[in-house]
Amino acid sequence: MKTESKLEKVLTSGNLAVTSECGPPRGAVPEKVKEKAELLRGVVDGINVTDNQTAVVRMSSLAACILIAQMGLDPILQMVTRDRNRLAMQSDILGAYAHGINTMLCLSGDHPQFGDHPTAANVYDMDSIQLIQTVRTMRDDGKFQGGDDILNPPKMFIGAAANPFADPFELRVPRLAKKVKAGVDFIQTQCIYNLDKFEKWMEGVRDRGLHEQVYILAGITPMKSAGMAKYMKNRVPGMDVPDDVVKRMAGVPKEKQAEEGIKIAVEDMQRLKEVEGVSGFHIMAIEWEQKVPEIVEKAGLLPRPEV
Amino acid sequence: MKEFDPVIVAFCCHYCAYTAADMAGTMRLSYPPNVKIIKVPCSGKVGAIHIMRALEKGADGVIVAGCLEGDCHFKDGNVKAAKRVTHVKAMLDEVGIGPDRVEMVMLSAGMGERFARIAGEFTDKIRNLGPNPVKETLAGQARAAVAS
Amino acid sequence: MITAERKPLEEILAYIEPYDRIILVGCNECVTVCAAGGRKEVALLSSALQMARMKEGRTLDLIEMTLERQCDPEYVEELVTSIDRADAVLSMACGCGVQEVAKRFRETPVFPAVNTKFMGASERQGVWAERCQGCGDCLLGLTGGICPIARCSKRLLNGPCGGSTNGKCEISPDVDCAWQLIWDRLKALGLESRYEDITPPKDWRTSRDGGPRRIIREDLAS
Repeated sequence: MKTESKLEKVLTSGNLAVTSECGPPRGAVPEKVKEKAELLRGVVDGINVTDNQTAVVRMSSLAACILIAQMGLDPILQMVTRDRNRLAMQSDILGAYAHGINTMLCLSGDHPQFGDHPTAANVYDMDSIQLIQTVRTMRDDGKFQGGDDILNPPKMFIGAAANPFADPFELRVPRLAKKVKAGVDFIQTQCIYNLDKFEKWMEGVRDRGLHEQVYILAGITPMKSAGMAKYMKNRVPGMDVPDDVVKRMAGVPKEKQAEEGIKIAVEDMQRLKEVEGVSGFHIMAIEWEQKVPEIVEKAGLLPRPEV
Repeated sequence: MKEFDPVIVAFCCHYCAYTAADMAGTMRLSYPPNVKIIKVPCSGKVGAIHIMRALEKGADGVIVAGCLEGDCHFKDGNVKAAKRVTHVKAMLDEVGIGPDRVEMVMLSAGMGERFARIAGEFTDKIRNLGPNPVKETLAGQARAAVAS
Repeated sequence: MITAERKPLEEILAYIEPYDRIILVGCNECVTVCAAGGRKEVALLSSALQMARMKEGRTLDLIEMTLERQCDPEYVEELVTSIDRADAVLSMACGCGVQEVAKRFRETPVFPAVNTKFMGASERQGVWAERCQGCGDCLLGLTGGICPIARCSKRLLNGPCGGSTNGKCEISPDVDCAWQLIWDRLKALGLESRYEDITPPKDWRTSRDGGPRRIIREDLAS
């Protein structure tokens, strides 16, 4: 074991892991964070807390993670390299670990153009791969990126994202390999709707033996409506929603669409469980956290293992 | 008060508009004497600065007249001229003079009648717009020069 | 070249509002090539300013000049003979030129008439695109001759991110994904294997982050 991370324990025990996420509020409202996190108690092994997701200002991921840790739950600190330079990121990692946060996710983040501060400077002192490398060096070598020793190095279980559906497809496995080389421990994928393409990607992952070097959690986002399906298909960069999924959602009456969305998610999870190299699920129920327990239960993943 | 008599400068391509104007004359078609024709080898030879300076020196309107699309003797001088006119219009809008004092027209050498009609219509349009707003200052300058 | 674009006329007019005698000075280098501040643009802007003033019943005493280079003191010196006839200078050079003029004539206000944009290349007639950010430590030799710092919206040194779609960047379908271009070129060169080399965090000291930069060539410096 590299860390005290609950997620690491679940994964090394051979169980399918389940993580979900919680977007912090757009204001200093700790109750909101606690409310969302409470919904996930006993249902997941880690709660991702997004970091100014889609480049929109929200309560800091670190602060919300601390609130969640204080509830006795297991937050996963998301960190994008868009907003802070290497000094700020490393100091936040120290701060997080000082508060008992031991799992994090290294991302590059959406471009500020998509958010509520399109006029902001775009930092990108490092990219996600360099951040992975930095956190690994902090943990394993006890050194800052700048080379100095760290007093009580933070032992972070290191995650990253992978989008098997972005272009060029042929680079998607090599890119994962690069993250593995940088020292990533687990991967949460982009939401999967095109299972055939995902399985093809996993084939490439297995061919290179990467599934034995990194835990891959398959990304699941239940659709709330046919409108959402269409929006995801057409508007979200790097998202692959096949026509038949949109059709299936549109094929049921409006009031039944949410239910259908959950049904699809659960069916997808059942199929993905059988894919060699899939070590668990990351359920991103956007502003729909209350449905996560139902999805996890229907997918046969409750109760969560005691580790 | 005397009716406003606009000064219009028409940059006419030798191969089409200029010949068309000539033909209008031969056909004894009347068009307003306000239109002062400047012969150019191609409408593409007319730079943005020529249009600007014409207005700066007191013209009330400027026409750039080139060949029909596809008929330019220099391949696409007329298309380039049209783009420049659009650019100048935007600039004039910024200046506060408005985009309507400049137009690009395309016609062939045989279109004497069309030339006369364009000249008439454009003159009417400029008459409605009133004098180029820079003219008053120009006249003031001239008076001051004479007085000194 | 260094590219630039004329500022909105309104902004320029506001700068020169208190003044009646202006030297409008262009530059024969980069801004001439990108049609922002060469002789032609000086003439056009001069005409536009003159008309805008006349419309208000005022005139402008405008001297038009275009220097060989505004970023070299030797050429800026050419303004000496005219500077006394002006209340202000309006420069159509890039920011380097504007500053050289301001440095030389401390008592005459100098205003920029263009926005300096980027170091770029001409994609086709009338279109310029960013190519270099002057990071001070060129890595084109590793990236197939395509710069991820200047051309990736997130300047990722280990791209592409998950937003690359059909060769385009997530910020706009009009922007090429730099990492798609890099990958395509590495393939064309038979250097695919290089893709998996991790580029470590960059030393940005050679870039703007290290403070204002200068180059000293001992063999040339006086």
